[in-house]
Amino acid sequence: MSENQIFTDFKVVELIEEKQINFNKVLFGKKIYLINIWSSWCEPCKDESDKLLELKNDTSIMMIGINYKDKKKNALNFLKLYGDPFDQIFIDKQGTISINFGAYGVPETFLVNEDNKVLKKYIGPLNDEDVYEIKKITNN
Amino acid sequence: MFMKSKKLLTIKILIIFIFISFNLKSIAMASTFYEEQTINITKNLRCLICQGQTIHESNSDFAESMKKYIKGELENGKTDEEIFSSLVEKYGQWIVYDPGISRNTLLLWALPLLLFLIGGAIIGKRILKKI
Repeated sequence: MSENQIFTDFKVVELIEEKQINFNKVLFGKKIYLINIWSSWCEPCKDESDKLLELKNDTSIMMIGINYKDKKKNALNFLKLYGDPFDQIFIDKQGTISINFGAYGVPETFLVNEDNKVLKKYIGPLNDEDVYEIKKITNN
Repeated sequence: MFMKSKKLLTIKILIIFIFISFNLKSIAMASTFYEEQTINITKNLRCLICQGQTIHESNSDFAESMKKYIKGELENGKTDEEIFSSLVEKYGQWIVYDPGISRNTLLLWALPLLLFLIGGAIIGKRILKKI
């Protein structure tokens, strides 16, 4: 999705409980939603893990992870090793959920507001400047 | 009595067999149809992370996901147009090799005609001058 576009609804499956849910129902109750597409086999995802953990401290953001083409066991090990910044995690076994987001691969991050509108899209790992920008957006 | 029930059982098995094989054939036909449709669509989609390849030609992770996504959308009853327009919405007009006429691509479509008219006018003017 490019900036200013609105997410249409689609179904997602939770990583832990493996329950199916409509994605629109996930985007509820917060001012800002950060959607991060990641995988345990993705090297740049390791680099951005501390940035995501830093953003987790901002209570106005709901952190949503999309685990891309991964094995559940490896994904859980990754979270144990690098920390779990996410409030909710969904699986994308075939990469088709990421197509719904308009993503190209991993890692990719979308910042979405309460109207499901994409405010920002970050291709590649988040860096300090991105974190600063996200914090600035959430403080407004 | 025994022979009659044996015949009945044979007929029942035969009916079940015909029913199953008919259904399997329908499923296989539907699957082939969706696969062919997916190929047609992906031949007109640019692989955005590859160099000069269509989604159909590419084996990249992105292209493979896109093929599965499109097949899934077709199975869910989406038309080619709906799939193209939703992908253009997500990835921009650049994803399609054959962009439709829209506000953004109007110049692209009109430019050859404009150049033809301007060129024709210049040539026409020169010919008229010589006469």
